Amino acid sequence: MSASPDAGQGTGLSNTGQGAILHVLGPLDQVPVGEGRAFGVAGEQIAVFRLRDGSLRAVSAVCPHKGGPIADGTIDQAVVMCPLHQHAFELDTGCSTTGAGPLRRYPVFADGNRNIVLRLP
Amino acid sequence: MTTLASRSARTKTVDSRRRLVVIGNGMAGARAVEEILARGGAVQYRITMFGDEPYGNYNRIMLSHVLSGEEDTGNIFLNSLAWYRDNDITLHAGVRVDKIDRFAKLVFSGDGRATPYDVLIIATGSRSHLPPMDGMYTPGGRLLPGIFAFRTIDDTTGMVSYAQQDHHHRAVVIGGGLLGLEAARGLQSHGIDVEVVHSGGHLMNAQMGPDGGAVLRRSVEALGIGVHTGSRTTAVLGADRVRGVRLRDKPDIECDMVVVAAGIRPNVDVAVTSGLPVERAIVVDDQMRVPDEDEIYAVGECIQHRGEVYGLVAPLWEQAAVLADHVTGANPKAAYLGSRTATKLKVAGVDVASMGLQAPERDTDEHVVFSEPSRGVFKSIVIRDSKIVGATLLGDSRKVAYLTQAFDRGLPLPDERVSLLFDIGGPGEEAGVAELAGDAQVCNCNGVSKQTLVDTVAGGCTTLAGVMDATRAGKGCGSCKLLVRQVVEWAADGAVEEDPAAAYYVPGVPLEKAALMKAIREQGLRSVSAVFAALAPGGAEDAKSKMGLASLLKMMWAGEYIDERDARFVNDRVHANIQRDGTFSVVPQMKGGVTSPEQLRRIADVADKYKIPMVKLTGGQRIDLLGVPKEDLPKVWADLDMPSGYAYGKSFRTVKTCVGQEYCRFGTGDSTRLGIEIESRFQGIESPAKLKLAVSGCPRNCAESLVKDVGVVAVDGGRWEIYVGGAAGAHIRKGDLLATVDSPETVKLLAGRFMQYYRERANWLERTYAFVPRVGIEHLRAVIVDDAEGLGAQLDAAMQESVDAYVDPWTERDDPFTPGQFRTSLPLEVLPQVPVR
Ligand SMILES: Cc1cc2nc3c(=O)[nH]c(=O)nc-3n(C[C@H](O)[C@H](O)[C@H](O)COP(=O)(O)OP(=O)(O)OC[C@H]3O[C@@H](n4cnc5c(N)ncnc54)[C@H](O)[C@@H]3O)c2cc1C
Ligand code: HEM
Ligand code: SF4
Ligand code: FES
Repeated sequence: MSASPDAGQGTGLSNTGQGAILHVLGPLDQVPVGEGRAFGVAGEQIAVFRLRDGSLRAVSAVCPHKGGPIADGTIDQAVVMCPLHQHAFELDTGCSTTGAGPLRRYPVFADGNRNIVLRLP
Repeated sequence: MTTLASRSARTKTVDSRRRLVVIGNGMAGARAVEEILARGGAVQYRITMFGDEPYGNYNRIMLSHVLSGEEDTGNIFLNSLAWYRDNDITLHAGVRVDKIDRFAKLVFSGDGRATPYDVLIIATGSRSHLPPMDGMYTPGGRLLPGIFAFRTIDDTTGMVSYAQQDHHHRAVVIGGGLLGLEAARGLQSHGIDVEVVHSGGHLMNAQMGPDGGAVLRRSVEALGIGVHTGSRTTAVLGADRVRGVRLRDKPDIECDMVVVAAGIRPNVDVAVTSGLPVERAIVVDDQMRVPDEDEIYAVGECIQHRGEVYGLVAPLWEQAAVLADHVTGANPKAAYLGSRTATKLKVAGVDVASMGLQAPERDTDEHVVFSEPSRGVFKSIVIRDSKIVGATLLGDSRKVAYLTQAFDRGLPLPDERVSLLFDIGGPGEEAGVAELAGDAQVCNCNGVSKQTLVDTVAGGCTTLAGVMDATRAGKGCGSCKLLVRQVVEWAADGAVEEDPAAAYYVPGVPLEKAALMKAIREQGLRSVSAVFAALAPGGAEDAKSKMGLASLLKMMWAGEYIDERDARFVNDRVHANIQRDGTFSVVPQMKGGVTSPEQLRRIADVADKYKIPMVKLTGGQRIDLLGVPKEDLPKVWADLDMPSGYAYGKSFRTVKTCVGQEYCRFGTGDSTRLGIEIESRFQGIESPAKLKLAVSGCPRNCAESLVKDVGVVAVDGGRWEIYVGGAAGAHIRKGDLLATVDSPETVKLLAGRFMQYYRERANWLERTYAFVPRVGIEHLRAVIVDDAEGLGAQLDAAMQESVDAYVDPWTERDDPFTPGQFRTSLPLEVLPQVPVR
């Protein structure tokens, strides 16, 4: 991927003690409410969604069905629907509710400076 | 990349599985493969299928519904192409097998391929029998235009488009059996006058005796179908196309098309030329094997088993299961012992059931008959030694399940024989269902037993529609729907839920469209999130409902709509159409399909500058730039400096025009100008589904106006015809004439009024071809042309508001609506790449 300037190539921040690494992906405002954006983090493609209740979810960005761009999907509080063939995946678990393979899910939150922070195992 | 590495590693490991080749990709072939897979066959076999038809396997029975327009061809597939891919089956669709080499174990096909097999299954089915008649073929040896068989999707779509041509009014169907009557009924729904010519003494003589045939004839004639029995067609008349038929000893019948439904013949050519035993069909033993060939099996209509050749689907299900037991070794003792042919069908809307003998044969046989021709009801039962050995039932299917079971199992009968015919003191309707054995077949078309239905209900599926979807029961000829409903009701013990969700405008808000619009208006809900909060259960959002709600709200509130971008589908967020590889297609506005050298030069420059992989002319007379990455969209629009052509939304799309009066020597109206005016007025308005329009300059109709959502045709005297509800995509329908008017201004007014009525009344994603027949053209004429309900002014005003709210969405290029609106969502190289041409 040719990282576009705002595509927030994450920087490893700190070691949390269990070997997981926190990556700061930059300002929360990059992701509009109710939508998702894709980030390249340590060689992985990750879609970060900002739900209408303000919370964040992160799952792998490539649809296991036919490689659709998950970040372009439509979401509600529970699922994201891939734009290509409308397979749906639970945002909390990554599991498909329509019989496709699962997405990976990643812990993600906003820190005190309104930055998106993602934890990679 | 790791995934790539592991993939190539897999292809290098030797596939040690045996090779299973299937000739014929129809109902029997595909079912046999499904049964083999269900027995773990994928571990033993690498499967290759050949099918002469260029499609996946579809439900042939449903062709009757396709012919009548009740069903789209897209909805009748049992195995989509994806099914073959997902199960790792190599499908050669559209490829005919010519010969088998039994010694080298090779199959030779029309594409020059030689395919090795370890195990072979022949499932070539049947074809229509075309009895020889004079004048059937042109001197060039082709079938005379207007003659059709009725066996395949292509036969059926051919018939539909021929029947829909304006100057075709009359058809003759040759053959008064199941297929012929279905064809006759189907053609009627296209406004064709149909006469059935049958050489037998009475209709459906394979299934019933003369008395039943006479009652059926009355029912068929009551539908407006002419019937000639005992009549043989000797010639087809017409030099360039069908003009009529000649009957022996009877006057000629004039007609524009002929459908031949005079029986079927098993497809045995491959077997014959390959030296396999063929009598009336390919001979098989009780293991479904061809005698003396250990590795060759056959199944379906192409086989002859114990002297019988079958022509209905029910026997195929049993045959496929036995075959799979042997091919996989799952049950080496399995044997097919033949099927008792109990037929239960719906023919031309009439319930028909027949089993065993048509009439008593011995002096001691009992015969119980009831006949009520005026209601189209006929029942006849033949009893021998207190067991049913034959029955024919017409026009009343209520006792069929019970009788079929009594016939199949030789159950003892009640002394009072009349209770076999009616529920008088005999086992009642409810008891009838309860008594039915678990393995009794309820849906013959799709081979669904009572137990399967009961298990599905127990598994939590308690709506009739849900059970039908899950099991396919009732999705064939439809004759068993009543029984399916009874079984489901019985199994759910009264807890059957009507499926109200089917009527909701969107799945996440439990209201029909009219009630939803009323609530939105009364509560002043102007955004999608407000609708969820106020009207959805628990205020919960629903991803599947967002797009439909966004469209509805924009229509209702126009300029006052609060546009939450997350409610839009990605196409509407970035104003372009997403493609399979995550790139987008860009179609600039080109009103009426008219462009200029200056525009073309700019488009060419853009295509060069952004290395657009494919530039294509669309069916709607526009230019499509395909393969544009999302991040390039704003730059591409800026360099094009043309407005959006709206080729991505559920919205007003294009107006196709012909050159018309200005240049064409036939033109009677300025079609190009009117087309441009219509497009300028209604550009971009959202609607429940896409709207494609056309304007033609004369009845030659070069812009194909008759198959558009709204189509306009100039006719003599400066007048214009407006057609609505046409389609020529997955579904084909000729539009209905809404009105003939005097001026282009009136065309625009009525077209706008129609579109607004459609926007307000149609269900989400309901195209006009479904909407117009649903509400009825007479009703539309009353509301829109005659203004019978006084809605005209209101509809016009609402449309005007939408027109005024138009903004070219491509202006967002300079000022993105949301952060990262055009940011890439994926590195494109991991996606399947569309080839560059
Ligand atoms: C309009 C219509 C309505 C019907 N309604 C009913 C009904 O209500 N109830 C009922 O029980 N039955 C009905 N039938 C009959 C039912 O459809 C058939 O019994 C069933 O389809 C037979 O299945 P099959 O697999 O043996 O043959 P098919 O479904 O005909 O499949 C055979 C396939 O093999 C292909 N093929 C043939 N030769 C070759 C070759 N050499 N190489 C490659 N491919 C080849 C053919 O193109 C075809 O696709 C109806 C049939 C029609 C046409
Ligand atoms: C003298 C008579 C006619 C002439 C000179 C003529 C000419 C043309 C030409 C030049 C085209 C464009 C071909 C192309 O795309 O390469 C065309 C397309 C077409 N014509 Fe005709 N035509 C005539 C009569 C008719 C008639 C009578 C019909 C219909 C009954 C008809 C239906 C069509 C259709 C459907 C198209 C294709 C439109 C499309 O795919 O975009 N034409 N015609
Ligand atoms: S529809 Fe009539 S006016 Fe238009 S191009 Fe065709 S022939 Fe000419
Ligand atoms: S690629 Fe995601 S649903 Fe098909």
